[in-house]
Order: sequence, then C-alpha cells, then structure tokens
Amino acid sequence: MPYYRLKDLIKAIRACKTAADERAVIQKESAAIRTSFKEENNDSQHSNVAKLLYIHMLGYPAHFGQIECLKLVASNRFADKRLGYLGIMLLLDENQEVLTLVTNSLKNDMNHSNMYIVGLALCTLGNISSPEMAGDLCAEVEKNLGSSNTYIRKKAALCAMRIIRKVPELHENFLSRAKALLSDRNHGVLLTATTLIIEMCLINNETLQTFRKAVPLLVRHLKSLVSAGFSPEHDVTGVSDPFLQVKILKLLRILGKGDAEASEAMNDILAQVATNTESSKNVGNSILYETVQTIMEIQSESGLRTLAINILGKFLTNRDNNIRYVALTTLNKTVSIDTNAVQRHRNIILDCLRDGDISIRRRALELSFALINESNVRVLTRELLAFLEIADNEFKQAMTTKICLAADRFAPNKRWHIDTVLRVLKLAGNYVREEILSNFVRLIAQTPDLNAYTVQKLYSALKADISQESLTLSGVWVIGEYGDILIKGGSFEEEELVKEVTEQDVVDLMDSILAGPYANQITREYILTALMKLTSRLVSTSVIQHIQVILERHSTSIEVEIQQRAIEYSNLFKFENIRPAVLERMPVPEVKEENNRPTYESDSLLDDIDNPKNGGVDSLLDFSEDVTNPKVSVVPETTQSTVDILADIFGGGSTTTNSTITTTENIIPNEDIIGIFNSIPSINSNIPTNVPTNIPTQNIQQPNALDNLRLTGIDSSRGLLEFNVASVPSSNLDVFSLTQPEPEKYVAYNKNGFKITLDPSKDSSNPRIINISVTFHNISVGATVQNLLFQAAVLKGQKLQMQSPSSTTIAPGATAQQMIRVSNPQQINIRLRLRISYTSSGTKVDEVFDFNSFPQECW
Amino acid sequence: MVNFFLLINKQGQTRFSRYYTKNLMKAEERVSMEAEIARKCLKRSDNQCSIFDYNQYKLAYRRYASLFFIIGFDDKENHFSILELVQAFVEILNTYFENVCELDIMYNIEKIHIILEEMIVNGCIVETNKNHVLSLIMDMNNKT
Repeated sequence: MPYYRLKDLIKAIRACKTAADERAVIQKESAAIRTSFKEENNDSQHSNVAKLLYIHMLGYPAHFGQIECLKLVASNRFADKRLGYLGIMLLLDENQEVLTLVTNSLKNDMNHSNMYIVGLALCTLGNISSPEMAGDLCAEVEKNLGSSNTYIRKKAALCAMRIIRKVPELHENFLSRAKALLSDRNHGVLLTATTLIIEMCLINNETLQTFRKAVPLLVRHLKSLVSAGFSPEHDVTGVSDPFLQVKILKLLRILGKGDAEASEAMNDILAQVATNTESSKNVGNSILYETVQTIMEIQSESGLRTLAINILGKFLTNRDNNIRYVALTTLNKTVSIDTNAVQRHRNIILDCLRDGDISIRRRALELSFALINESNVRVLTRELLAFLEIADNEFKQAMTTKICLAADRFAPNKRWHIDTVLRVLKLAGNYVREEILSNFVRLIAQTPDLNAYTVQKLYSALKADISQESLTLSGVWVIGEYGDILIKGGSFEEEELVKEVTEQDVVDLMDSILAGPYANQITREYILTALMKLTSRLVSTSVIQHIQVILERHSTSIEVEIQQRAIEYSNLFKFENIRPAVLERMPVPEVKEENNRPTYESDSLLDDIDNPKNGGVDSLLDFSEDVTNPKVSVVPETTQSTVDILADIFGGGSTTTNSTITTTENIIPNEDIIGIFNSIPSINSNIPTNVPTNIPTQNIQQPNALDNLRLTGIDSSRGLLEFNVASVPSSNLDVFSLTQPEPEKYVAYNKNGFKITLDPSKDSSNPRIINISVTFHNISVGATVQNLLFQAAVLKGQKLQMQSPSSTTIAPGATAQQMIRVSNPQQINIRLRLRISYTSSGTKVDEVFDFNSFPQECW
Repeated sequence: MVNFFLLINKQGQTRFSRYYTKNLMKAEERVSMEAEIARKCLKRSDNQCSIFDYNQYKLAYRRYASLFFIIGFDDKENHFSILELVQAFVEILNTYFENVCELDIMYNIEKIHIILEEMIVNGCIVETNKNHVLSLIMDMNNKT
C-alpha cells in the first residue's frame, strides 16, 4: 500500500524502529513510484518526485526518477518546473546522457519572459553544466549577463563561472560583460561578478593583467562600503555587506600578488579596512581575516604587514575559540614570511598550549616549534618541556622529536643539549623515536669531556625511574660503555644529595631492570651487551662473576636472540686474550653528514615529523624503504648496497643456518661479534681472519654507534627478517597443514636444473595471513642438491615466519617443501627478497633475487 | 567554495543535505560520511571551536536547538563568512516558517532546497541578504 503523500511517507519512515523496517518501507514505496511512472499518472508526478528527493537524501537509489524530472521541467506550471529542475540538480550527474535532453529545456527557459524561470534555468546550468552543455549554452548565458534584470544578471554570473571552469577557453566570451558588471550598482550582482572575475583571473594570466586596471574601481567600491553609513539594505550586525567586502578583498589579493603597482594602489584602503573594522563581532573578523591574508600575499609595505600580524595577535586574545583557531592557522601560514613580527606574540601563543580545546593546542604547538631560533631556544624549550609533561599522549612523539631536533639545531652548548634530551627522555621516554635515541648516544660519544657528567646523570635517572623505555635504553648503553668512568667518578651530587656508586650498585641496577616489569626484549638485549662490556670496564671479580651468573641465567631464554647473546658472551670468557679487545670502547662516531640529518632545510620543523627520514642506506628499515620506493630501487648502486645489507644480516656466509644455535667453537665468527669487530678499526692480530669483507664498507656509511649495535643483530630478530623463528617451538606453526589445495603456482627461480615454485594461499583463519608453500624441484639430470638453504625477507609492515625445509638434500627429480607464513596486516603487495644457496655437483650456488609477481587476489 | 551543506539532528539523522561536488554523490559514501560528520560534531563540546578539519574539507557548524547546520568547504573560503552564512540561512528559515523547528525542515525539504538555491549556486555564495532572499521567495510563491 503506497503512501500517497510525502508527509505520509516521512511519517511512515519515522515510525520505523529498525533500519531493516526503513529499508522495507522505502523499497515498497519505490516500487509504487515506479509503477506510477509507468502508468504515466500525471497527477501524482509532482509528489512522486518530491518523495524521491527524500528517498535520495536518505541514501537510497532514486535515479529512476530522472526522466520524470525532465517531464516536470517541460510542464507549464512553475511549481512543477521548479521541482523538476531541483530533481535534475540532485539526481543527475554530469556524465549522464540525460543531460543532453535537459539542454533544450534549459535553452528555452533561458529565453523565457518570467525572470524566475530564467533564474531557475541559470541556476540549474550553474550547478550541473557539463563541458558539452557549456559550449551549447554559452551564448544564452552571455546574453543573460547583459540582462536588465539584476536577478538574472546575478545568476548568470555564477553560471558563467561554472562554464569557464568546465571549458576555460570560453572565458573570453564573458570578458567584456564581466568588466561591465564590475560597475554594477547592485551588491548581489557585484558579489557574483567578483566571484566570476576571480575565477577568470585564476585561469588566464592575460585576463589577470586586464583586470589589474580595475584595481582603482575595486578600491572605490571597498571604500564606499567601509565609509558608508548605516544602510538597512546591506547591514549585517553593523557592517555593510561583509560578504561583498570579503570577496573584493580576495580579488584584490589575486590582482596585487606579484605586482608592485597594483599592490601600491591598494595599500591605503587595506590599512583603512584593517584599522576601521569593528573586531567585536564575527562579521568584522571575517573582513579583518581576509584583509590580513591579502596584506600578507601582496607586495605590501612592512608597516602594513606588522599591522596584519598584530591583528592576528589580537585575535589570539579573543575569547571566541573559532577566532583563536583561525588566528593560529593563519599565523602558521605566515610565520615564514615575517617571523619577527610573529615572535612578538610568542607569549600568547605559548598560553594557547594550555587551551581547553585540543585543536587550538595542536595549532599552537606547531606554531611554537616554528618560532624556535638561536636566541629563544632556551626559553621556548623550557616552556615546551613544561608542556610535554602535561601534553596529550598523541602529541608526545612528535614533541619529543621536534624538541630534540630544535636542541640539535640551536643548542647554545653541549651541556644544555644533553640536559634537554635527558629531560625529554625522563618526561616522555616511551614516546621517543629511534633516530632521536641514536642521535643522543652519538652526541654523548662525541662529547668526551661530559661523559662523566652524562653517565652519572643517566645512572641516577635510572635509579629513580625505569619505566621510560628510551631512558632505560640510552642509560643502559651509556653505563655499559662508560661504566669505568662512572665508577671512577665515585660519589657525586644529585639535587644536593651525595650519591655513592659502586660496581655492585651498577650491576644490581641492571639486574633490577631485567627483573622489573618494564623490561622487554630490546632492553634485555641492551642489558646483556652492556653487562658484557662492563666485564672489561669493572675490576671486582665478584661483580664479574655476578655478571656471568646473569648471562648464564639467560642462556636458556626462550627469546632466541637473548639466548644466543647469552651463550656467545659466556663463551667469550674462554677467549681471555681477545675479550678486552672485543669489548673495547666504541669509536667516536664521525660528525654526522648533512644528508644523514633529518631534513633541516625545510622551513618548519613540522615537516620532519610527517616525513621521517632515516639517514642514508644504512639500516634495515631503509632496506624496506628502498623496496617500496621504485625511484630508489632502480638505482643500481642502491640495490647493490641493500643486497649487501641482506647478506650481512643473513650472517655473512653459511655459518648460521636457520636450525642451529651453536654452542661450539663456531661462536666467534658469529654475526654479533663480527659487528663489534668491525666497529673497532684498530683491530689487532688476535682477531680471527674470517671476517666478511663487505661489512666495513657498511660502517663507513654508518658512523652511528647505536645503529651499529643494531646492525649487529639486535633488531634482526624483531625486524623484517624472522628467519630464525622456525627453530623456536611455537604452537602457531601447527596451523600449517600439508593438505594444500592444488592451485596455480608461481615460478620464482629456474636455473641450473633447479626450480623454485611459490604457491600462495590465504590462511583459513585470517585472510591477512598468507601461507606460501615453497617447492624446490631438482629437475637436473643426475646432480643432487645439497646443503639447501632458503631465506626470505618481506616489506616493512609485514612479518615473516619460516618453517624448516622438509629436506636440505634433494635427489634428481625429487622435490622438497618449505612453508613461509607472511602476516600482511595492511594487505599490501607482497614482495619477497629471496636468497637461495645450495651445492650441486660440487659447485656452490648462492643467489639473491626478488619476487613480486603475486596477483592482487593473493593479498 | 562550499562543498556541501548538511542539517543533522542530535540523533545523528540527516534532515537535509545538499552537495555541490559531484564526486560525493555516491549514496553509500554519502551516508557513511554524514554519519561520521554527525559523530564528530556531536562529540565536540561547547568550549571547542566549531571549525575543524575533516578529510580534505574544512567543516564549520553551528548548533541551533537540536539541529546542527554543517558546511563543508575548502581552505580558500573565509571561515568566518561561512559561519555568517549559516546564521543568515537560519534567520531566513526562522522568518519563513515563523520559528522554525526540526519538523518544519523535515516536512518541507523542497522549500529548504529552494531557499538555499537562492543563496548558494554551484558552491558559491549568491545572496546573503535576508530581506532580498525572503522577498524573492514570497514573490515566486505568489506569482505561481
């Protein structure tokens, strides 16, 4: 039963209790409307279309009413015509062929004697014109621009604007009419004509030049608006036609930009508007805001610019949130133009950091960072650190980064720099990016005269608080590295309390962090290494024995990396002749190169936050960046070095197969120690000679001590390369079933009688996990493949698990399987970097290659 | 330019919508976007500013009784003018319907469209003068 009137339909929909009910009512009604359309029932046409507009608003399909709209448009009744055009504007889009049918009606109606019908047609064309319609109806619109009726002129101007937006070449047709409209006495016409001219100036430079001649006229218009007394016709809360003033100011901005003469001509009026406009009401502020923007963009006098910035400064003290918000947004845009003028309002901006509205706090924070320079870095940093303590958590990471970058750039001295970063670590140590941490460590290493100071500070900071991860990491590293200096310093004063520090205290602190609730795998990795270094820095045998006990305790850790370190370090005690050399102090990293810095060249520190750049091709993360960025990865050199990295990480040869964690004499050439060896250039003859030669080149590019540490394996177990996982007993490996369906397979490698096929399938329990079954085919004649080792790496953001291969030896004609499991939370393309090594007929083959030919449906 | 004009009530139901950007016309996207905007506006307290960023748009809203009048616009538009436009629109509705309420708007969508059509065309402001708009609408109604 259809609801015949719109009102009834709305009532029925309102009465629906569930979305399903609503759908049912609408479906039923839509069906009734369709039937009615078919029966060509003209009486209900109007109400049917009205109902369709309502249905459309609710988000249900209503396109079947388009033809009915056309019929209504052809009607002689004004109400029907009006609804028909409204329906066309709402239900049609410009790609539809129905539009060509509208063109004729529009053409007729534009020549109609009733001004409202002409207005309707112009309005409709202005809203929906396609390029074809623009061409067809351009002449009619041009004619209407010259109409004697203000209502029609007004609408025609906006219609013309739509036309030139669609077909810019047509703009010349309107040029002379538009010029004439600028002298129009009607404010409505002036407003739309200005809008049209703005559009014309933006699309054509010659037109822009032409209209520069109109600047004096526009200035006169503005002047009469500003100085006019009260006119009831145009008054909005005491201001004469603010919308028109704003529009004229906008046009002046476009005309004055980059032109000294035009700018000069408008200087006076801008000053007049800026000083005379009442700022207590919203309308006044709209004009002031537009004036400020114009002043900042044209070639205005410096006094005028200061005036503009002061207006924004005044906005900041306004109690209305919107005004403060707009002021901060605008100041952010203009701060690079006139920093000194903005500096004067620094205190108000800092006050906004405590505003109740988070949007305002965010803008104020951005602006505060943009204001930091050599002369105010101490003051501003103090304020920002105070804010960091109370800041919303979502701000913290950006803040820590920006404060540290600012300190890095403007620090008056090293002591202050170290204190500042230390304070950041104490206040928000859980929100610090890795680069910041490594910069800090580098800074400490480069400042030997402050080593004692820093290590003592960090030591007492850790004694007080071990909950801030970055503080813990840097503290542990620094204590490990400079433990001897800490002990040699003896007692020291911290906040007027004398603190004693003994060797036992240091190790106890480490032990308490290990036992504490905040320890995670990375902290454990750091602590084990630090403890090991301390064995060569401390002298007390009982303390060293204590360290050995701790190492022993971790030799059964379920975390492979921890276990490996603990065992390796324990074994290092068997090599007393080289142990001190291995554990020697890290070399002071070189002064960082400019390109290793986060982008300082950009005007604002903000950019750094949004585009983190990890310096150079020197970390695991960069490997993945290179892969994701095709521009970089096509450069052969870069690809080469990423391959090197991969080779490094994979262990420089076959010493670490994925199934062995050795406790035998194989220890020393292991990757961890290799890293340490390589970071000590003054290596002595005790060092074994089987160090891979490709690693030192890496270190030249990479002067960062902490990152070195990372390269030596700290991250390898958590980063993109999780090839060791297979050796860990893990329940989720059970998920791999051997009964894979028989789908298409992708050949990843086919050389020398050895073929690898990949067979991806989505995990049945989670579509974001892809199980890839790797099959190795030995298709050679008579050569057995031995010592098969297959490794893989995935993009950043994805994680990889590998099972052991079903066999490492493949007889001719036989196959072997290995399962890879890729978790792909963002469901992005799967690109694999694969390494295969095996021995066949006595020849060793070792190859690295990429594979990214999985079709989209696989991921 | 103005990209869209929405009237949403406190329950998050759209009472009126007008889009000036054609790529926004897909029904499902439109509905989910309106719901998200409604949530964002409802979440904001009185002491927060009524202009904020939403995707590529700036949103400005004003609340009158149970209704949010929301305009989506681009950065080039004068923020305060937009708020003033909302005010002018509401005043016009209030005069036209003699103390406008949510039900007036619901049951007279066509009229709301016609009034708005006199004020904004293709996302640009045409007329903001309350008396001009009202006299035009009255005149139009009388002549037909």
